[in-house]
Amino acid sequence: MGAKKWIAMLLAGGQGSRLGELTIGLAKPAVPFGGKYRIIDFPLSNCTHSGIDTVGVLTQYQPLILNDYVGNGKAWDLDLDVGGVSVLPPYQGKEGGEWYKGTANAVYQNIQYIDNYDPEHVLILSGDHIYKMDYSKMLDYHIEKNAEATIAVIQVPWQEASRFGIMNTNDDDKITQFDEKPKYPKSNLASMGVYLFKWKTLRRYLINDEKDENSSNDFGSNIIPKMLEDRKKLYAYRFNDYWKDVGTVESLWQAHMDLLEDTPNFQLDDQQWKIFARNANHPPQYISPDAEVSQSLINEGCMIHGKIEHSVLSYNVQVGYGSTIKDSVIMPNVTIGENVHIERSIIASNCVIEDGAIVGNSSITSDITLIGENQTIINPNKKKITHS
Amino acid sequence: MENVLGIINLINERQHLKDLTAHRNVASVPFGGRYRLIDFTMSNLINADVSKVAVFPKEKYLSVMDHLGSGKEWNLARRSGGLYILPPIHPDETVTGDMKQFYDHLKFFERAEADTVIISPGSHVCKLDFNEVLDYHKKQKADITVVYKDYVGEMIEKPIYHTCSVDSDEDITDISFYTIPRPGDHVCLETFIISKTLLVNLIKSCVASGEYDFLKDAVKANLHRFTVKGYNFTGDMPFIHSIESFHSSNMNFLNPSVIRSFFGDTWDVYTKIKHEAPTKYSSSSKVTNSLIANGCDIEGTVENSILFRGVKVKKGAIIKNSIIMQKGVIEEGAIVENVITDKEVRITSEKSVIGLKQPTVIKKAEVI
Repeated sequence: MGAKKWIAMLLAGGQGSRLGELTIGLAKPAVPFGGKYRIIDFPLSNCTHSGIDTVGVLTQYQPLILNDYVGNGKAWDLDLDVGGVSVLPPYQGKEGGEWYKGTANAVYQNIQYIDNYDPEHVLILSGDHIYKMDYSKMLDYHIEKNAEATIAVIQVPWQEASRFGIMNTNDDDKITQFDEKPKYPKSNLASMGVYLFKWKTLRRYLINDEKDENSSNDFGSNIIPKMLEDRKKLYAYRFNDYWKDVGTVESLWQAHMDLLEDTPNFQLDDQQWKIFARNANHPPQYISPDAEVSQSLINEGCMIHGKIEHSVLSYNVQVGYGSTIKDSVIMPNVTIGENVHIERSIIASNCVIEDGAIVGNSSITSDITLIGENQTIINPNKKKITHS
Repeated sequence: MENVLGIINLINERQHLKDLTAHRNVASVPFGGRYRLIDFTMSNLINADVSKVAVFPKEKYLSVMDHLGSGKEWNLARRSGGLYILPPIHPDETVTGDMKQFYDHLKFFERAEADTVIISPGSHVCKLDFNEVLDYHKKQKADITVVYKDYVGEMIEKPIYHTCSVDSDEDITDISFYTIPRPGDHVCLETFIISKTLLVNLIKSCVASGEYDFLKDAVKANLHRFTVKGYNFTGDMPFIHSIESFHSSNMNFLNPSVIRSFFGDTWDVYTKIKHEAPTKYSSSSKVTNSLIANGCDIEGTVENSILFRGVKVKKGAIIKNSIIMQKGVIEEGAIVENVITDKEVRITSEKSVIGLKQPTVIKKAEVI
């Protein structure tokens, strides 16, 4: 097998417990986003556009839907004879096996997979961010700097900096210090969870890290600090476009609302940078004579009889007469009856909202209401049907 | 259905859709917001589990080849079976008839493992269950089954349909060519079931005697020799024979019950994937009674219309009773009413294009 210049390893194993009921039966990267996508479509499409033809997808939590969704990779043009997409769950070898302990351990357990391609560089990605990024520009920078590792960073508001891994750099953007979630951040350059390593270097560090019993086997907490301690050349690569961590219900909802501006900071319909997805086969959306739709994104297969305001509707959503949906995200195959009111909510796949039900709260100080998959919401005021 | 070969026969297409067929064959005319006419026949075959399909185009077939590609969207990209496009092998000669082109590709028929062949044109918008037709064909012990439909719709202007007479035993007794059917007349849908052996024999014998038309020389000429049965298709199917009927049969899909009956849970109509984003409605959009495909960006008003994938409707633009095909752009303040715009048409700002009784057709990529 010929050597590859670079390959990507996509960390898609996370449970994403901060997404509550959304991730009970679903790994976070498989959560629907933007009316027709799943979160994992964004890094996978980035790979395709960046010319990466080999992607290992590391899964462990609720892998079924994610495995099924990624399939042979053809939606992203990643169905190749040599390379393409491989879904890599933890496995048992001669020496035994174990669940992925941390992000670094997940890659460690797949050293053989990476060695097969003998790549010069390995790109580590996570499956829980919404962004469009040309990784090949980062590779150029990484090569130009002759870096052992390059970490993509984005400036975040100072008040949020302590939620992230924060990079302190010199004038040349060489990383001098890495603080994982610092209480008092010295910079606002946050790690995007996109790392590019020279494979030979990373391989050595992964093996040593695995031997360290005190390590939590994590890139942010262990590998990067260790490399800095060893005075390796680590560079920050600045990214100045839209990037959103959608790890919480609030941020997932907010990222959807960001799409609805008349000129959004993040466009899904960029013809030069299409987001590829497994396309469900549905007819065009039908907007009835009684419907009103404004500032919304609506996918195929929807039938709209009600009023949709500032919301995102996935495929095959049915909305009955007299219903209003405002500031909300409706995931695939949801049936909404008549005279329903939904506001500031996320309704997960396959839910049924019965006639007259009210979901969500208009107060901007209250939390976003989340209805998990396969729920039926009834109208509590509905008169009971009595059988004589 | 392992033993069935599907043939989509585009050789007998009649170019009644004027500008819409100037650069493409009838089968690849866009329909219903995201489909091409051929998608319906393709999907009928796929829904009957036919795993080997050959398309016989005559001319202007670049768009049909582009649309069907490797056949993967119809699950026809396979190691065995799959999709074949078999164009004329003598491109300089006029195609004399479907039988001649079948003859030119005779090896394809001979090599195919199928024992039964379905032949159908690529322009009928219908849900035809071929399993049912095949059952009928077997039960009737027919040599050839001819699918027909009783004519419904407006009086047509040009004699483009072939009609057939059927007796009480469901035998086809006669076929008349190029007729103007009245409501209730049996229109031959040019859709047939025939055994492969019989088809191959007929291809050879017809071509040997200089006869090149399947319906005329193989079916009609042999009505008394073979058992030729008529299968009455009673499902919905618009008769598309003019720009006006093309427009109205598209508009028929603005009825939710028609949408549901065509694209229900158990019946998919497959088409080429375009990776378009969901459609964006802005704060100024007003859309009612319309069918909208993905990838549209709507800032204006859309009423009783069908928008294909990737259409842009700018602020203040008004679209009524119209069909806007892929990547059309209707600029600020433009008015489009009773119009069919072909792909990539741009109506510049403040222009109005209003069709009369018959909808106005704007040619592909034209700028008004």
